[in-house]
This record gives sequence, structure tokens and C-alpha cells, in this order.
Amino acid sequence: MEKETRDQWGSRFGFIMATVGAAVGLGNLWRFPFMAYQNGGGAFLLPYFVALLTAGVPLMILEFGLGHKMRGGSTLSFAKLGKKWEWLGWWPTMIPLIVMCFYSVVIAWAINYFVLSFSRGWGANPGEFFGGKFLGVSSGPWDIGGMRWTIAASVIIVWLLNYTITKKGISGGIEKACKVITPLLAVLMIIMTIRGLTLTGAAEGLNWFLKPDFSKIANGSVWIAAYAQVFFSTTLAVGVMIAYSSYLPKKSDIVTNSFITVFSNASFDFLAGLCVFSILGYASYASGLPMEKVIAAGPGIAFVAFPNAINLLPGGPVVQSVFGALFFFCLIIAGISSSISMVESFATAALDKYKIPRKKMISRICLFGFLGSMLFATGAGVHILDIVDHFVGNYGIALIGLIEVIVLGYVYKTEKMRPEVNLYSDIKVGMWWDILIKYITPLLLGYMFIQNIIQEFTKPYGGYPVSALVVFGWAIALGMLAVAIYLSKRPWLDEKILEVSYKGGEK
Amino acid sequence: METSAIIMLVFGLTLLYGGLAALITIAAKSKNK
Repeated sequence: MEKETRDQWGSRFGFIMATVGAAVGLGNLWRFPFMAYQNGGGAFLLPYFVALLTAGVPLMILEFGLGHKMRGGSTLSFAKLGKKWEWLGWWPTMIPLIVMCFYSVVIAWAINYFVLSFSRGWGANPGEFFGGKFLGVSSGPWDIGGMRWTIAASVIIVWLLNYTITKKGISGGIEKACKVITPLLAVLMIIMTIRGLTLTGAAEGLNWFLKPDFSKIANGSVWIAAYAQVFFSTTLAVGVMIAYSSYLPKKSDIVTNSFITVFSNASFDFLAGLCVFSILGYASYASGLPMEKVIAAGPGIAFVAFPNAINLLPGGPVVQSVFGALFFFCLIIAGISSSISMVESFATAALDKYKIPRKKMISRICLFGFLGSMLFATGAGVHILDIVDHFVGNYGIALIGLIEVIVLGYVYKTEKMRPEVNLYSDIKVGMWWDILIKYITPLLLGYMFIQNIIQEFTKPYGGYPVSALVVFGWAIALGMLAVAIYLSKRPWLDEKILEVSYKGGEK
Repeated sequence: METSAIIMLVFGLTLLYGGLAALITIAAKSKNK
């Protein structure tokens, strides 16, 4: 008879707020709008929706189903498939461990900018301020350039928040925080979008976001971009969703919860697109510059293009300050709900295996994260961040996702998993799910991975020195796999846990 | 705003927010967690 000691979500609402909070992060605010802009505007929505239904939802069902059935984080879940697969459970949890180091630094930037917005301290030229006075960007990844102390101070705040929330566990910490953060983020973003849409020039901005260029969807790279956006944006293949679903009660609706999580995340993506492009449309109108000149890629949207637009907002300094503070507050809370999920992904995996007190484990993870973050708070931080992000995303997540679907599809078998995920679900998955997991998703992820490898060897990434790409790119990507294999060889403190799972039909 | 952009706006809003509303309705009526 199994003893019920595992922490559990207090409500379905709490679980969904946490999974949506994990998925909705900084990337939603700047990655999706730019991807749409680059890949056919409104026409990008078609491959994006196809990708949502054929990759986002099926993979989410797979991860929720695995964590729920096995009642364990990524490590325990894969170890239960067979001891030989335990390394594949540790591998995804290595990603958040690395990503949280630089992710927390980007949240720290947002904290600094939140304070700066009250005086619009980025000045008349936000681009120059961001790279110069604020980040003090050095000449390259090997030129460390000194510590940015204001950023480092905010990094401490981020890690204190991560620690305070995650040490209290699932129902007492993460659930409570996300039940406030996720709805608050939605409300604030709706307010900002409404304000954006009522500005002069917003319609022109939205044309850039939504006017379809259907000739682009005949291009394979646009489809790959859509699948990559859905895959990375929904926080798949990093152990987070497996960890979160492992705390679900027995009678949980896996399929509908997966649909809600993926659709909510996509809704945030779309809302961010409306918000960003309406405001940038206004910036283009007010400055007299063409749209191509006011938009920026990646973090540049938030830390350069937005401050620029804020400087131009009508209503005077108070309105500008309030709007700026609102925007950067959104970035902070979107970031925090994601960073706590990263901490939890590794924490669940390690706690399942080592059974040490949660507080102790969380302190160790947060200390590691804080020390790792310090590297990214230097003048070279932005270069290193760019390299690590590129390698971890393109080779870590894509490859792990590929191996994960193959192992779960063919070793555990989707035919066996399907009745389990359907058991308490209002929406039932059919054969289509098996086909997507076994054939379509591996093909797409494999194609994405091979494309990335070819590109890597054709042209070294970002024009960085090869030595930096080897140390901060390949070494970290391969190092994650080596550590995962090492951890999988360590003995379990309590082997009995490997036998605990929800059986089909159990109430 | 151009007509084609408005069509894509309506398409996006309907599919995403309509879909989400339908899913939430299913969840709200359900006895499962």
C-alpha cells in the first residue's frame, strides 16, 4: 500500500496558473512578436496554429501524462521506465539549471529598468544607454569588463524571491505565488494593450504584425520557425512540466489541462504581439521614423524599443513613468513565475532521488544559481548569455525533445499511455496523438536539429571567437549530458520509490 | 488598418480566445481535477 506523502496542488486552478506561469516568460513578450514580424506577419499565424495543435498540445499531454503517472520529476519518471533511461531524466533538468543563471540576470535588468522608469533614466537615447552605461558591454566574451554592481544587486533580489517561493513547496509556495502572478500579468497586459491600441499609429503598427504575406508560408523555414516558437515557448523538454504534473492528484484531467496550458500560453503570445506592435506603431508615428527603425530583435524590444516608445508617449512624464513601470513590472513577474519553475524542475528531480529536506536542497540550488548569475552580470555577460542561450536552446532542448519523444513513443509506447491520459480527461485523445508523437514530432525535431548543426558548421555563431564558442557553447552543452550521466550512476537513497505510480483505474 | 490584417486579427482572436473560453467552460463543468 502506497503512503501519500508527496506534496500536491491544492486546486486545478492553481496547477494551471503555475504551468501557464512557467510557460509565459520573457520570451513571450519579445520572441513571438518578432518571429511573426520576420516570418510573414499574419500569415505566420497559420503555421503557428498548426504547430500548436500538432506539437505543443501532444507534447504537453506526453509530459503531463508521464509526470502524473509516474508521480515523479523527470529523473524518477524516466528511471521508472528502466534504470538505463535515468540519464535521460537528468538531462532535461540540467537545462533550467544553466538557463536560470542568465534568466535571473535578465529579470534583474527589468528590476533596474522598473526603477529607472520613474525618472526615465535611460535618457533620450535608450539604445546607447542600454549597451553603454547600463550593461557596459565589453569588446567580446573573453573581455570580462568588470562587475555591473547595480545588476548584481538586483540579481540578489531575484534569487531571494526564487528561494522564498520555492522553499515553501508546491501548494504552499509555487501555487500561492502563481495564483496571484499569472492572473495579474494577464490583467496588466490587457491594460497595456488597450492603451497601446488607442494610440495614434497603432493601426499601422498592427499592419506590420498582422498583414499576411502568404508567399512566405510556402517557405519551409517559416514552418520550422513556428514549430520552434511553440516548442521553446511552452517550456517543453526541460523537466518543468513533468515535475509540476507529478504533484497532481490521481483524478486529474491530463488532456484538457494540456490544451488549456498551451492555449493560454499562445494567448499571451498573441496579446504580447498586439501590445508591442501597437506601441511601436505609435513610436514610428511620433518619431517620424519607419517601422524597421523602431523595432529591435530579442531583448532589444524590451530594453531599447520600448523605452524609446515610452519617451514619446503623450500625457507627460507621469503617464510615461507609470506606463514604463507597468511594462517592466510585467517583465519581472513573468520572469519570476518562470524562474521558480526552473528551480523546481531540478529540485523535484533531486529531491525524488536524495530525500534531503526541501529547504536545504533549494538553498543549494539557489546558491549555485546566484553564483552562476554573477558571470552574466559582468560586462561580458551579454556575449556569454548569447552563446549559452544559443547552444542550450538549439542543441540541448531540441535534442532532448527528440530523444524524449522517441523513448516515450517507442519504449514506453503511446498505445499504453493513451488510456492512462484519457482516464479522467473530458477530452479524449485518439490514434492521432500516437501518430503525432511517434512520427511527426520526431521528424520535425530531427529536421530542426540537423538544420541547426549544418548552420553551425557553415558559419560560427554570432561571429564570436571559436574558443568562446567551445567553452561557453559546446563545453556547456556536452557538460550537461556528462553531469546527467554521472548523476544517473549514483545510487538511489530509497529504491522503493521506483515502484510507486498511479495504476490505471485507481481512484 | 488594412482589411487583410483585420481578417488575421479576427482569426487569431477567435481561434485563441474562443478556443480558450471553450476549454475553460469544459473544465468548469467537469468533476475531474
